[in-house]
Amino acid sequence: MTVSAPVVSAGAATAPSAERAPRRAWLRRVLPYGGRWAAIILAVLVLAALLAPWISPYDPNAQPDIVALKNLPPSLAHPFGTDPFSRDVLSRVLFGARISLSVAALATAIAMTLGTAYGAIAGYVGGVLDTVLMRVVDALLAIPRVLLLIALVALWHTLPLWMLIVVLGTTGWFGLSRLVRAQVLAIRERDYVRAAEALGAPGWRVLVRHVLPNVLPTVIVAATLGIGQVILLEAGLSYLGLGVQPPTASWGNIIQDGADQVATLWWVSLFPGLLIVTTAIACTALGDALEAALDPHRRTRGGAA
Amino acid sequence: MALGRARGDASLASFLVARLAQTVAIVFIVATLVFVLIHLAPGDPFSTAIENPNVTEAIRARWRAAYGLDRPLTEQYVRYLASVARGDLGWSFSMQRPVIDVLADALPNTLALAGVALVLGFGGGIILGAVQAQRAGTRTDRVLGGVALFFYAIPDFWLALMIMLLFAYWIPVFPVAGSVDPAVHEYMSLAGRIVDRLWHLVLPALTLALVVAASIARYQRAELLRVLPEDFVRTARAKGVSERRVLVRHALRNALIPIVSLIGLALPVLFTGAVFVERVFAWPGMGWIVLNAVGTRDYPLVTAGVIVGAATVALGSLAADVLYAVVDPRIRDR
Repeated sequence: MTVSAPVVSAGAATAPSAERAPRRAWLRRVLPYGGRWAAIILAVLVLAALLAPWISPYDPNAQPDIVALKNLPPSLAHPFGTDPFSRDVLSRVLFGARISLSVAALATAIAMTLGTAYGAIAGYVGGVLDTVLMRVVDALLAIPRVLLLIALVALWHTLPLWMLIVVLGTTGWFGLSRLVRAQVLAIRERDYVRAAEALGAPGWRVLVRHVLPNVLPTVIVAATLGIGQVILLEAGLSYLGLGVQPPTASWGNIIQDGADQVATLWWVSLFPGLLIVTTAIACTALGDALEAALDPHRRTRGGAA
Repeated sequence: MALGRARGDASLASFLVARLAQTVAIVFIVATLVFVLIHLAPGDPFSTAIENPNVTEAIRARWRAAYGLDRPLTEQYVRYLASVARGDLGWSFSMQRPVIDVLADALPNTLALAGVALVLGFGGGIILGAVQAQRAGTRTDRVLGGVALFFYAIPDFWLALMIMLLFAYWIPVFPVAGSVDPAVHEYMSLAGRIVDRLWHLVLPALTLALVVAASIARYQRAELLRVLPEDFVRTARAKGVSERRVLVRHALRNALIPIVSLIGLALPVLFTGAVFVERVFAWPGMGWIVLNAVGTRDYPLVTAGVIVGAATVALGSLAADVLYAVVDPRIRDR
């Protein structure tokens, strides 16, 4: 749900005093409380995804013995069990992390670029163009994104992976464009922007050099929260069989592999789901923490406390 | 007094007209997008859906002509919009029935599911957020905040699967799937049928309500924390009003106004959540119907489902906004 709320802090950390560890003090200011844990969890997940070929116990797509080794519950040999094709679920989850995380990162990058550009142009140019652009965004925001994606993917039968990324990216920037526009509207009235304009700097230069750097914190927060959202969305589409196509593993389609027999094959669906939740929680907590840290009002309040 | 009243009604009326126009525009945009998607997609119904080598190109051409697919795109677009506007959504290949009839059967099931989840989710979320705000900074607040974050970050379909695993298989209290008991429902008394339906509704509605409650709680906590330091709350405390009464009568009431505006924002989330939850629990609503139609390549049903779904959400948001304008007069004058 795209309702922003302030930090849900997980445990007040007792950090060492600022004089003894100035670098940590900086880190504490940038990433208070739960934010640091979230960052560590995300780093571990990314590392596991990068190292998947070396740390996976088995080949994620190998079907060693479809009769004897299928549907095995978790054991020492197969910590997450095996699926109906006798594939090792842990290996598939590790390789699935590569797909799920990179789809989310790339789609979010596309969405952030589009949203920033669109919002910046609307806010900076203003006038009729602004009104028209914002009405269009209002309409697009009102359309249930998943319905549109289902129609799109269904009509194309199966999307290649790069198309899936493009589609997720091009449908994910509407909210950000409104945030960016609102900020640009405020920033363009500031003295240093006026000064740059008075000195004869061309509009695009003022926008890129003087306005956009000030919007960056908003974009970073939106990107962190956005990655979590795209992870959920990609998992949903892949679960429906409309996203990442088998045999390529993604967290969503591994859940689907066990979904029809969830009563007997709970381990196939449970573990990738737990990883999705972990990733999404970490992204949300990190985004919340960044938002708090980058908001000057809250920062001073936090510093005084 | 009378004059002020009349002016208020006029601004409410113009607000209504503007929002209604916006709603129509949204449905129009969705219908257009769907049309563009259909024609951008590779192939057409007669090149992809029917892969029989005995069907020659000449026969395909005749079929295309019969369905008007050989006409210029602009003409097809105008015809398409005209038929959507008339409520003629085409023929469902897989069901062998008019699409409008199929959707008319499914929509009430989705509305029942989403409606119950909306009420439970908002109720639960508001209470949870209030408890958290009252105990802000304490251990209770942090634990509840963690729980809310967990359900906020959970994929709806996976939550549905796990709830099904827990309450339908491991502790077999509730039915696994469907909206009625397929074997005995027809033979039940009226009261028995109602109970049967409600019994089947519990798990899908619970899943959706948990997801909704989590984000409402996050919002409600923040909203109450914004209201609690205000002067009128301090005044109430100074008068000696009990802490519970301060929270419920003074703070919560004011924090509830923005919550009404959240209903409109929650509807798209609720509707897409319903798509996944219906799939898991085989709940015969819009989502289930549309996803089955994707499987059978029943394009008229898929596209109509998307348009009707978007229209339902748009109308729901409209209703929520009207409610908001009635609750808070400042909105109309914006």
